[in-house]
Amino acid sequence: MNRKEFLKYGAGSFVVPSMFNGLGIAKRANSWINSLSSAIVDTDKVLVLVRLDGGNDGLNTVIPLDQYGRLTMAREKVIIPENKVLRLDGLDQVGLHPAMGKMRDLYNEGKLKIIRSVGYPNPNYSHFRSTDIWMTASDSDEIIVSGWAGRYLQNEFPNFPVDFPNEDMPDPLSLEIGSFLSLAFQGPTNAMGMSISDPSDFYELIGGGIGEVPNTPAGEKLAHVRLIKRQSNAYGQVVKDAYESVNSQGEYPDTFLGEQLKIVSRLIAGGLKTRIYMVNIGGFDTHDRQVDPADHTRGFHAELLREVSDAIAAFMEDLRFQGTDKRVVGMTFSEFGRRIISNFSDGTDHGAAAPMFVFGHEIEGGMLGENPFIPLNATPADNLPMQYDFRSVYATMLQDWFCLPSDEVQLVMRNDFPILPLIANSDCVSTSTRDQYRNAGQTIISAYPNPFTERTTISFQSDGGQCLVQVFNAHGQLVATPAHGAYAMGEHQLDWDSETLPAGHYHLRLQNGLLQQVRPVLKVR
Amino acid sequence: MKRRDFLRLQRPQFRGPAVLRPSGQLSSGLEPYTGPWALPQAAHLLRRTMFGAKQEDVQEALARTLDEAVDELLSTDPIPAPPVVDYNGPDVTDPYSAAGETWVDDPIDNQYDGYRIQSLKGWWVRQILEQPRTIEQKMILFWHNHVPIQFIEVFVGRWDYRYWETLRENALGNIRSLIRALTLDPAMLHYLNGQYNSVGAPDENYARELQELFCIGKGPNAAFTEEDVRAAARILTGWRVNYSNLDEAVFTRAFHVTEDKQFSEFYHGTLISGRAGLAGAEELDDLLEMIFDNNETALFLARRLYRFFVSDLIDATVEANVIEPLAELLRDNDYEVLPALSTLFRSQHFFDALTLGVMIKSPTDFVLGIFRELRMTLPDPSDLASRYQIAGTLNYVNMVLQQDLGDPPNVAGWPAYYQLPQYDKNWINTDTLPRRGEVLAWFLYAGISTQGNAYNSIIDVVGIVDRFQNPEDPNDLIAAAADWLFGLPPSPAFSASLKSILLSGQSDDTYWTVAWLEYKSSGSPMDYQTVYSRLQSFFYFLLNAEEHQLA
Repeated sequence: MNRKEFLKYGAGSFVVPSMFNGLGIAKRANSWINSLSSAIVDTDKVLVLVRLDGGNDGLNTVIPLDQYGRLTMAREKVIIPENKVLRLDGLDQVGLHPAMGKMRDLYNEGKLKIIRSVGYPNPNYSHFRSTDIWMTASDSDEIIVSGWAGRYLQNEFPNFPVDFPNEDMPDPLSLEIGSFLSLAFQGPTNAMGMSISDPSDFYELIGGGIGEVPNTPAGEKLAHVRLIKRQSNAYGQVVKDAYESVNSQGEYPDTFLGEQLKIVSRLIAGGLKTRIYMVNIGGFDTHDRQVDPADHTRGFHAELLREVSDAIAAFMEDLRFQGTDKRVVGMTFSEFGRRIISNFSDGTDHGAAAPMFVFGHEIEGGMLGENPFIPLNATPADNLPMQYDFRSVYATMLQDWFCLPSDEVQLVMRNDFPILPLIANSDCVSTSTRDQYRNAGQTIISAYPNPFTERTTISFQSDGGQCLVQVFNAHGQLVATPAHGAYAMGEHQLDWDSETLPAGHYHLRLQNGLLQQVRPVLKVR
Repeated sequence: MKRRDFLRLQRPQFRGPAVLRPSGQLSSGLEPYTGPWALPQAAHLLRRTMFGAKQEDVQEALARTLDEAVDELLSTDPIPAPPVVDYNGPDVTDPYSAAGETWVDDPIDNQYDGYRIQSLKGWWVRQILEQPRTIEQKMILFWHNHVPIQFIEVFVGRWDYRYWETLRENALGNIRSLIRALTLDPAMLHYLNGQYNSVGAPDENYARELQELFCIGKGPNAAFTEEDVRAAARILTGWRVNYSNLDEAVFTRAFHVTEDKQFSEFYHGTLISGRAGLAGAEELDDLLEMIFDNNETALFLARRLYRFFVSDLIDATVEANVIEPLAELLRDNDYEVLPALSTLFRSQHFFDALTLGVMIKSPTDFVLGIFRELRMTLPDPSDLASRYQIAGTLNYVNMVLQQDLGDPPNVAGWPAYYQLPQYDKNWINTDTLPRRGEVLAWFLYAGISTQGNAYNSIIDVVGIVDRFQNPEDPNDLIAAAADWLFGLPPSPAFSASLKSILLSGQSDDTYWTVAWLEYKSSGSPMDYQTVYSRLQSFFYFLLNAEEHQLA
């Protein structure tokens, strides 16, 4: 058994309960019997994030051909032979990695957008820091503890998690396929999504996940476990039902990413109103053996790009088969690209800007941006400058795909980023559904006026007992505590003077026994 | 009514979470602890430094003073015998060594290395399950998380074993020596590309992680630069895996950058002079001296130890009262780890009421802790195949719960130890929590077994309760179980539910007392069944409590 077989099948067979399976770890036949209803047609839009973990080598993914000589000098160890580069309709100076035939076809059909050299100012070359930057949409030098998707979902479902799930939003707000929830989905205080590796499983935990928690650091951990227990029990069955309501799907490649996208398509077709999904594929940190030295079109990177390309193409095909094609767009992202020059180990080190792919049946296809400049005698210090800020891509998804008003896009993104031509048909007209979502759940704290200049009136509801009203700034730091004490059951109001706090975005937070809620407020000059 | 509406009606509603900002301030420091030394403190100390707190270990610890108990925990274990060929079966027969003989000196052969790695991982799990009353196994995991490799990525069994041995040898020793040994460790040279690091095309991978992840870290003042990464990479050029002596690295002068290496202001502008010939190898020691001389290294290591053993919450008070003094202890003792640990585990801060129960159990703490605490057993050492299978099953469970020993997700280790703001909350999500529940049901109601059920170990709930002081008193039983197994005391309502399981819904305590005493006097299968079935439900409910996820 060599390494590849080992990774695929594991060694030895162990006795585990039949339910106890992780995605991609042990496969078993799905039951296709339970087909109670056909796909529910819904108008809600969905965004699928495909994370390429490790830092994808952009220069070997979307390959500039106008400076091929310089490129060959700089990255002799990994360069793709010019005649093997896949050409794109209408473009002769740039092409795709030879493993990406399926995505080339998508491009030629106008269903793939390639955005060149996406990054951010002052790039950071640490995986972990740069991943956090992409997940939180922070500036390079600031630390933010909430994710961009989490902030968006908090904006759309401001009452979450008080009285969720409910009739208006019975489903998870976001879903990550796997056993881990990324920082992107972290809201100002709560996770705004859930992770699940096998939607056909539902194991109901005993005990309700309720009960008092002490007001201590350990109590905070206890509260987390209780919340997750309640969410697991509340949402597990919903997800399973959606999954099992779909009885046939298109063909997918038998790969880890293919398997994940297959689940996503099935859940969308099953009628989940979940807005954002994330799937992951690791292995892009190709310091060594990125290519096979004997044939640069093969090697680890080629296998990864083939997996991405084939899985996305299968997903696109299945969306059409399910009739959900108009509702879904997706995009790839990676924490950074790789260095212009290759290293000694047939690989490349951490770099800066890299291309992003946006795919969907409703997008505006084509290419954004120019071929990057390749220096004549590239050194290890040379990196590709960015042409587009990744936060512009996020902002565009929020504004043109999710139809978020531009002032709210700025609030979620914490700045004003240019909108890019990515979505062909935004179809942003109706707002009634949105109001319904925004009112879902129960409001237990609010402020009026909001935005405010100096003073605002904070209204909150107490179930009796201790109430704590706090104000946090955009970095998650506590800046004021307008109320702390016992409040009788009922509605209370207090006048709050923001005093010397600078203008900007803040979060108002109420905690009353087991209840807590966070609402955004804006101080203006 | 449509199906969806019907489902909606049945769905439990829940209100918001109680994520409380702690009001209590952890203001204690490293001064010696002077409070009570009883079951909650002993269980706390053992849970944090070992995998679960077994009943007899708690008793032994309490038979000693706190100082004696800590001394014992910080002692060194006997050197374990290496893993052996225990994977031969219908699919595979390792031709290099016979069953029961060690494979760790056998040649690299990727037809067998997958099995050897599985064997190594099983052997590691068994070391944990059979650990003496010391911190050594927890420290090995600490270092594995701090300076990880991925066994499967390396895919050479003997190198992975050497790496583990390096962690063990240095687990309670000098940190600089450990980092030096790992820098030249064959598995590490392979894993972070050191062996490809060459003049002309330096590979920065190890040089970056050495600073960012292993030593300097990412604290607010960790201001090393990209130029420092490149300079360190040039110093580390030339180290190669030695294919004629597989167990040590060799310095190859032809691949070494001989020019001087200039570091930034962060390192006070240190210039490490480049050396030609074999003397180039000496630059490594200059590099490590410069890095360990920087106080950020001591602070970072202190924070890492704190987050692994005490809590993820480090505010300005904790930084001043605990982190800085711990860092000073590390530096004053030339980066010997023992004095810092010794002070930490005897401190007021470690036993502060606000420290108790503040960590969420890692998967290995949870799974292997249950296995040990609830007296599940391994097959006899002579039964190689069964031991291999049971340990492999446990590794599989840990992997599904997101802590695959030997294969962390990447070179940063597990996110629970570094990812802001969630830290150990990362262990518990909507995917992993139900699976933890499944593990409990499995261990309690079916037991862990080998193929064909030739060997089975199920939780012996009656035997466990029999070790309690007053098992016939339901109130004592509940209090003793919670004090022993929970990170936080349960609510009165929860204790009442537990009691109602023991009393089968009746209100008179004597229902349980009589049932237990009758079983004890008669020993009859029927009386046994009466207490067994109630205790099974009792433990299922108890272990599924959210408080049991805390340590």
